[in-house]
Amino acid sequence: MEQTQVKFYQTGTFTIGNRLLSAEQRSVQANVQRSNSLNSGHRACQGCGEALGARYAIDAAMAATKGQLIAANATGCLEVFSTPYPETSWQMPWIHSLFGNAAAVATGIAAAMKAKGRSDVRVVAQGGDGGTTDIGFGCLSGMFERNDDVLYICYDNEAYMNTGVQRSSATPPAARTATTMAVGEHPGNDFGQGKNVPLIAMAHEIPYVATATVADLHDLEYKVTKAMSIHGARYIHIFVPCPLGWGAASHDTIKLARLAVESGVFPVFEAERGEVTGVAKIRRQVPVEDYLRLQKRFAHLFGSHPDVATLARLQARADRNIRRFGLLESKELG
Amino acid sequence: MLEQCEGSHAVAQAVALSRPEVICAYPISPQTHIVEGLGELVKSGALQNCEFINVESEFAALSVAIGSSAAGARSYTATASQGLLFMAEAVYNASGLGLPIVMTVANRAIGAPINIWNDHTDSMSMRDAGWLQLFAETNQEALDLHIQAFRIAEELSLPVMVCMDGFILTHAYERVDMPNQAQVDQFLPPYEPRQVLDPNDPVTIGAMVGPEAFTEVRYLAHAKQMQALDLIPQVATEFKAIFGRDSGGLIKTYQTEDADTIVIALGSVLGTIKDTVDDLRAQGHKVGVLGITSYRPFPISAIRDATVRAERIVVIEKCFAVGVGGIVSRDVRSAVRNRPQPVYTVVAGLGGRPITKDSVNTLLLQAMSDKLDLLNFMDLDWSVVNRVLDREKASRRSGPVAEGVLRDLGTVHTRLS
Repeated sequence: MEQTQVKFYQTGTFTIGNRLLSAEQRSVQANVQRSNSLNSGHRACQGCGEALGARYAIDAAMAATKGQLIAANATGCLEVFSTPYPETSWQMPWIHSLFGNAAAVATGIAAAMKAKGRSDVRVVAQGGDGGTTDIGFGCLSGMFERNDDVLYICYDNEAYMNTGVQRSSATPPAARTATTMAVGEHPGNDFGQGKNVPLIAMAHEIPYVATATVADLHDLEYKVTKAMSIHGARYIHIFVPCPLGWGAASHDTIKLARLAVESGVFPVFEAERGEVTGVAKIRRQVPVEDYLRLQKRFAHLFGSHPDVATLARLQARADRNIRRFGLLESKELG
Repeated sequence: MLEQCEGSHAVAQAVALSRPEVICAYPISPQTHIVEGLGELVKSGALQNCEFINVESEFAALSVAIGSSAAGARSYTATASQGLLFMAEAVYNASGLGLPIVMTVANRAIGAPINIWNDHTDSMSMRDAGWLQLFAETNQEALDLHIQAFRIAEELSLPVMVCMDGFILTHAYERVDMPNQAQVDQFLPPYEPRQVLDPNDPVTIGAMVGPEAFTEVRYLAHAKQMQALDLIPQVATEFKAIFGRDSGGLIKTYQTEDADTIVIALGSVLGTIKDTVDDLRAQGHKVGVLGITSYRPFPISAIRDATVRAERIVVIEKCFAVGVGGIVSRDVRSAVRNRPQPVYTVVAGLGGRPITKDSVNTLLLQAMSDKLDLLNFMDLDWSVVNRVLDREKASRRSGPVAEGVLRDLGTVHTRLS
């Protein structure tokens, strides 16, 4: 399915209109037949980006597979807030095994379906950035290199939120976490560390890799739907702001995701077999400061003595993304 | 059909005859020949409707089996030693979720110092992980136990570890009676899961459980193991009806009826002990042997009943709880509690050290005159131990222990000449 790009920006919100699309291209969430796979009543925080991302992603995958979908979940916020015994929010077959093995468990489910000749049943694995980029990375890479028929979705909120906001390898430089304290000469997380798992996934030359955010849920649905039309290992990395861990207002979740994209902090793209095939263009680049100022995890960069040098380094990182992925519609940097 | 083959080959054939649907393989000695054999059977098409997956670690091997088992597929993997430790988190998870995975543990020592040879430290480290643990005495029994293991696991919805001595069994060529497919199919019906990930009847598996129910869930795991105490002998009886031989069960006794001294052990060393007992019997000593096949669940009643007449019990075990003493013997002591008979612990065969008839004979003669300590180490070289202890007293920087011991012993060549 090709995505129709409709440039309709409602005044002040930048939201793309759903009604301008043809019926079959409208949001899965706009359909009363949506599966509500992650049902209401769960215990996520107000403004949780992960809950929003998971709801859209899994309902889109359910729609694409006509409900023949099984999910394996890593330990983490999504698992904890959705399944407090004896309740469950999952209206689909769902298993949680361990923190670091969601990709391998999904491989096992896919193998079982293959052995039983159930080619109609598809498998999705999901976890946070800790379960994906750190402790689950070995199993993830193994699943990629074997090209197992699994869609792995990482909900990246840039730290271990479930255990109380500790640094992960997805935590950005300068960010305060409980283990990268805002003290000392270089407060917050170190520069020059961390890993980019979408690029590492591409290095495995798997059929499909994409990034997405909760600021463009239609794009997120499109990418999940596309991923489910492909067999083999697929990876979608979704940027999901965390009000609690980032020290941000609950009502700013989508705004933060949008600023992350428009500043160049989080490039949105898709890639097939190791090559970038599309990027979400930015009309005008916003300063990284606009994104950082809304988050208390970066508060130590501002105040009466702003850390100009660190802010410049963070801006340079965003600028590099803009250049590297060709994110700007016009050539000049904003 | 009678066949002369390697133990690993026998097990691979037995697993294949059990019609597994997913097999995950990661190499570690001495289990490699088993999964190599299975890989060939799948790739050649001899084993149909089965996915063979080369994974990137033991942690992934068992995690893949967790996924496939939860999705309703009969699932198998094999490991040993460090591999079992590397998958430890998944070992507890598989049993906690109640998934009937069958896993071979080709028993091997745990490092450091790194050692590839046989003892029981690996599977003993997982004795409280909620898996059933069945120990094979011979290659024939290893073969038979795997077929029984699938039946027991699926009946209880619990995972089963089949433990066989690394190299001593896995790499030994012996005669085995290989069953045919019709026999195995008659004994082992297709897997019907108690819980399954099914899009048409969705369930949540692996929810978070708090203090309000955790004790009950854990107790139910224990209750299932207690059910296994009845199920394991039943399965062995049914096995005999179809395959015509005694295999499995909770315990095996040899010459115990009138024995004053009963030796308890697990695994392949039982053969050596029985030979020694035959010699001692010929000299008029009333000695018997009790082999534990089911270590988990631990057959407390069966062992208590079988040892009621004995004056003393000697437990020869290939494992050792550092800082306390024996592992098997502590369980045996709990079985014979409130009885006057002493239970001697003999730690033997660590890291592949041979347990010889001579050593067992000497040990049993000492035991029969109650000249053993409660904790004994068979063939321990005290001179080597004391040299290290003296060196550590003399110098703070006494160096790495294992390397010092090897230097004291000299090269293999100097010991042979």
